[in-house]
Amino acid sequence: MIRPNASVMLEVRDLTAKIEDRTILKGIHFTVRAGEVHAIMGPNGSGKSTFAKVLAGHPAYEVMRGEVLFEGKNLLSLTPEERARAGVFLGFQYPVEVPGVSNSSFLRLAYNTIQSARALEELDPLEFDDFVREKMKSLEMDPAFLERSVNAGFSGGEKKRNEILQMSLLAPRLAILDETDSGLDIDALRVVARGVNKLHTPEMGLVLVTHYQRLLNYIEPDYVHVMEGGRIIKTGDKSLALELEARGYDWVATESKGKAAA
Amino acid sequence: MHVQNQNNEYLEKLLQGSDAVADAGANWLRVLRMRAVERANEMSVPTTRDEEWRFTDLSSLYKIPFRPVSNAPVLAESGLTDFFVPEAHTRLVFVDGHYAANLSSVAVQQGVTVASLANLPASAEAMLEMRLGKLASIDNDVFAAVNTAFLRDGALVHIARGYTSDAPIHLLFVASSKQAAAYPRVLVVAEPETECAIVEDFVGVGDDAAYLTDSVSEIHVGKQARVSHVKLQREMHSAFHIANTSVNVASSGFYAMWTVALGARLSRHNLSIVQAGEGTEFTVDGLALIGGGQLADMHSSIDHAHAYGRSRQLHKTVAGGAAHAVFNGKILVREGAQQTDSGQQSRNLLISDKAHVDTKPQLEIFADDVKCAHGATVGQIEAEELFYLKSRGLSDTTARNLLTYAFAAQIIERIPVKSLANQLVKIVLEQTHMKGTA
Repeated sequence: MIRPNASVMLEVRDLTAKIEDRTILKGIHFTVRAGEVHAIMGPNGSGKSTFAKVLAGHPAYEVMRGEVLFEGKNLLSLTPEERARAGVFLGFQYPVEVPGVSNSSFLRLAYNTIQSARALEELDPLEFDDFVREKMKSLEMDPAFLERSVNAGFSGGEKKRNEILQMSLLAPRLAILDETDSGLDIDALRVVARGVNKLHTPEMGLVLVTHYQRLLNYIEPDYVHVMEGGRIIKTGDKSLALELEARGYDWVATESKGKAAA
Repeated sequence: MHVQNQNNEYLEKLLQGSDAVADAGANWLRVLRMRAVERANEMSVPTTRDEEWRFTDLSSLYKIPFRPVSNAPVLAESGLTDFFVPEAHTRLVFVDGHYAANLSSVAVQQGVTVASLANLPASAEAMLEMRLGKLASIDNDVFAAVNTAFLRDGALVHIARGYTSDAPIHLLFVASSKQAAAYPRVLVVAEPETECAIVEDFVGVGDDAAYLTDSVSEIHVGKQARVSHVKLQREMHSAFHIANTSVNVASSGFYAMWTVALGARLSRHNLSIVQAGEGTEFTVDGLALIGGGQLADMHSSIDHAHAYGRSRQLHKTVAGGAAHAVFNGKILVREGAQQTDSGQQSRNLLISDKAHVDTKPQLEIFADDVKCAHGATVGQIEAEELFYLKSRGLSDTTARNLLTYAFAAQIIERIPVKSLANQLVKIVLEQTHMKGTA
């Protein structure tokens, strides 16, 4: 939802980052206002997943230049847990399995940590159980997931749903969903998209990192950005996604190079 | 040569007092003890020059002349209830090696005999003579020989043919005296077509003190019998714990062991499982969770001597502080033991820079139609897992503790006695926190 007077939630200026000796992000400029839905698309290796991870504070990446302001604060000086507590949520492309830790105790631990950081009420196991089951119902998740170990042995679709469940519990200000559609069949995709749409409020910024247009049939973006070689090379509205679907990515790169040469 | 003499001196000191029990019991028992004393005198205590003790230096043990106590203190039950296992209907308690009738309780069940050896009816004598001292070798394990030299009492579990013990049997060995040596002894005889679960539990009470537990357990698993066995070592932090578990499994028998090492400054568990007939199944799960200056050493030997044997072993260690974990897992598949299916995994998690682990899988295979898989890993907490948990708001410490706990929980969750598993979960959560930072 584009509202001209909405406050700026995320402002990224000239973000440049590397992993080991490889520079992946080469000067990203990107702004999200409250309520907006941004899709970041691009071919494999364009740096879109790296961008998502750098925003969440992944320790393997080193920021070399640029700045990231989240609600006016310097996001890059915060640890990953501080970012989460401040309201940044990353939905993982590959959610990590934690065998031996039950999903319910993990979810409750995360929920209460965030609640306590925001000076909100924590829930005891019984209260939390009611609360999480309500959330799961709206995401059409089987409550049996609570008893299983975190993501261990989950199918691709189950893992992604578990990510959205976490998003719904942690109530972020800014949610970045990294390839949430990958590995989902069409039914699972619909359920996940419906869940995300329900959670998306006019106060929340939403960034969808995706390779394919199909997710955007269900979650309508206000802006579509194309990444290539560690930069955003084109920004448009949702029609750009359809055009990318029809024509692929090459023409954008060519157009962008032409502009640069001219 | 000098060291050798010193070591023999230590052995002599350990053996002092064994003559005090020399007259106790039946004739055959006196002979068994005498042979053990002789054998012990012919051996010397191990040093790191012995291949079997390469990574485990016992010189700190040899500085203290541990002696058995002649009279154990009478402990109040109230001080021990935390150690009790609600699922167990029968509990035998030994304090500093002496049977404590006031703390023990035995539920009567037909076909199931649980008693201290000294209190056995005369009718059990023949069975005892046939079984006691037959599995734990006094010929090449000096600590088993010393234990046998002091053998006067112990715990007996006998399941008569065709019977199933309806609850786990708890054998609790309590150490309470400084500089004391205790020689716990366990004999389990599961006759054919029986089933039972044993919890062998080593604890310390009172102020932390140096003491020695030198225990021997012999487990006879009859044809088509099923024995589950939990060994829990939660000694005091200055204690020494050396244990020998010797198991013999007849055809189509099943033996499952969970061995958990949490306490003691130095602990060593020698586990030997011998397949005595076709079609046996063994599972061995191990967990050592240590920190500070602790050392925990697990030496296991699984001997597939017949065809159609199956064994699964998973040994996990979590080492923090400057702790040292040792695992030596021998799998022997003898000639003719065709269709053996054996798997062994050693997984080690180091949670500090100074902790270290020595792990040595040792496969000796003399049959050609067998499956033997093994693997060993030593690692630290995965950065990707840590990031995932932190991205959900968990602090670095909480995330690390949770992952360490998860690593250990895989073993704990498999322990069939739920109250014990729950106790261990609590202990592990507390200890991962402490040991990670210690």
